[in-house]
Amino acid sequence: MSELTKTTLTRAELVEAYHQMVLIRRFEEKCKELYNARKIGGVYMHLYSGQEATGVGAVKALKPTDHVITSYRDHGIAIAKGSDVKRLMAEMLGKRTGVSGGKGGSMHLADVSVRMWGGYAIVGGHLPLAAGIALKSKYSNDGDVVLCFVGDGATNNGYFHEALNLSAVWDLPVVWLIENNLYGMGTPVEVASGQPELHKRAIAYGMQDFGRVDGMDFFAVYEVAQQAVEYARTTGPALIEAITYRYEGHGVSDRIYMKRVEEMRAYQQRDPLLIMEKKLRELFPDIAPELAQVESAAAAAIEEAVRFAEESPVPTAEDLVRNVYA
Amino acid sequence: MAERNIPMREALRAALREEMIRDERVFVMGQEVGAWEGTHKVTRGFLDEFGARRVRDTPISEMAIVGAAVGAAMAGLRPVAEIMTINFAFLAFDALINHAAKARYMFDGQFKVPMVLRAATGWGNQATATHSHTPEPIFAHFPGLYLGCPSTPADAKGMLKAAIRDDNPVLFTEVIALYPKPGLVPDDPDFVLPIGKGDIKRAGKDVTIVSYGRGVEWSLEAAEILAREGVSCEVIDVRWLRPLDLPLIFESFKKTNRCVVVEESLPFYSFGSEIAAQLQEHMFDYMDAPIKRVSAMDVPLPYAKEIELMALPDAHKVVAAVKEIL
Ligand SMILES: Cc1ncc(C[n+]2csc(CCOP(=O)(O)OP(=O)(O)O)c2C)c(N)n1
Ligand SMILES: [Mg+2]
Repeated sequence: MSELTKTTLTRAELVEAYHQMVLIRRFEEKCKELYNARKIGGVYMHLYSGQEATGVGAVKALKPTDHVITSYRDHGIAIAKGSDVKRLMAEMLGKRTGVSGGKGGSMHLADVSVRMWGGYAIVGGHLPLAAGIALKSKYSNDGDVVLCFVGDGATNNGYFHEALNLSAVWDLPVVWLIENNLYGMGTPVEVASGQPELHKRAIAYGMQDFGRVDGMDFFAVYEVAQQAVEYARTTGPALIEAITYRYEGHGVSDRIYMKRVEEMRAYQQRDPLLIMEKKLRELFPDIAPELAQVESAAAAAIEEAVRFAEESPVPTAEDLVRNVYA
Repeated sequence: MAERNIPMREALRAALREEMIRDERVFVMGQEVGAWEGTHKVTRGFLDEFGARRVRDTPISEMAIVGAAVGAAMAGLRPVAEIMTINFAFLAFDALINHAAKARYMFDGQFKVPMVLRAATGWGNQATATHSHTPEPIFAHFPGLYLGCPSTPADAKGMLKAAIRDDNPVLFTEVIALYPKPGLVPDDPDFVLPIGKGDIKRAGKDVTIVSYGRGVEWSLEAAEILAREGVSCEVIDVRWLRPLDLPLIFESFKKTNRCVVVEESLPFYSFGSEIAAQLQEHMFDYMDAPIKRVSAMDVPLPYAKEIELMALPDAHKVVAAVKEIL
């Protein structure tokens, strides 16, 4: 671990980061259970398990007023940015009290109160929105940075090219964080991308390339994200590629991923929660009680979230027509 | 000739497979059509049978998928490109409208564009706003492009074959909810249903119900309910939004003098609007009642099941509309 990390995050902050990662994992496990029990509906739900260190590590490098935006794989990012798990769970169940009023569902969680601008289900669609939010920051001299999560598969449509280029020519304060979880649905990165080292895309736009980072390691992600965020705040757009892995298949209908047993096992041995826990124990030999506390607090929070969601009312006919226009 | 009882997805698969065997220029391209065997399993087994030259997995690049299909068709191949769901065809709108539909005309017939673009369509199942479009009428707006949408497995086979064999670009949409529904399908590899020919799915004399795709199912269900009450409905499935079988609709209307249009999509500037306009323009003297339209509500689709269902058309809404004009 670098000196930088040691000096920038306190013990309490590190425990809080670990807590968020555990909370995300438990949230996703509960979502899977509720989906199988048909309490969560629909056909689209994309879980974040395995990618926690990337999301939490990067978001921890932000100020509270900085912005995040992501794809449909958004549960973990919303939790990392500090959205209330009760309201997130209520959204999963399609309740009025959900962050998006029960209208968005799993793929469209937004909580602008914590500057989480939403999950977007059209691949690449949120990238130009990120550029636009960054433009607002620059235009008004807010000093806030936008952290935009980008799937590896999303690097291959026009939105990616146009948004990244625009951010470069306008020197926008945005960090493009490519979450390379090796697949877009069933397609491996090297089948979909002529240049599979995705961080090198930065070169094409004359953008600062922050390279590849181990996305399973909170500390590694945090460190590079901090540098990239600082760069974006002072200079212009930055690009990072985090190598990570999703444990749960592309979405709930994916049956193919289970064939990748060896690969899955290898990544699970480098599980982000395990890596972080180990490092915390090395850093702070007396931390065991706090870690146990994290587990029980996360379990309690999820239980409370489910109760809140189940007891909440469903949307009404009035809600159906509300907010089509301002 | 022998027939088999198979789901629509198998009927489509048979059509595609037989055409690939018949004509070496026919090939498929799209996201997850190969190893994943198609998001809706229409290309199951194709990669093994035809190999990667003719079963081409693409990156998540809708613009390039459609644009490259146009180019390949111009140069003499017969691509059957696939957009995973019609929702993502908006990203390829320009290639489809400005090039697939217009290239032949613009260069005064120097070449043809014999391509098919397949896309799954339809809403419901809590797929939410971005993933719930049924936008056929938008695409049917433009001359130069044909548009078909089958309602039965047999139609699916005969219509897709016609689309592949035709020398014009065809947008072929397949209703997701109908993929698993079975029906009798001829084995004949030359079972081709002509482009632009509609079909009377149920004969009747009191009211003409005009529909396509999933609306046909609701219309037939409504006709059954109404029959028990002594009302005789004729259900017309236009099959093709372009070219549209107006003579078939007019003949029926001359007999019934009443018409209800049923569509899965939105009401504003819609399929229903077009049919109503055509009838008042050409059939005014036969008209005994206002033309009724049953469509989705004029809102984006929400996630929560309770309010999603309020917005969707169904058989009972068709029954109510028929009763209003009796
Ligand atoms: C424009 C568009 N095309 C296709 C899809 C269907 N789709 C949804 S997610 C996905 C894979 C995206 O992969 P990646 O960007 O790597 O993100 P990940 O799911 O791995 O987080 C595809 C093809 C879509 N939602 N939008
Ligand atoms: Mg991916």
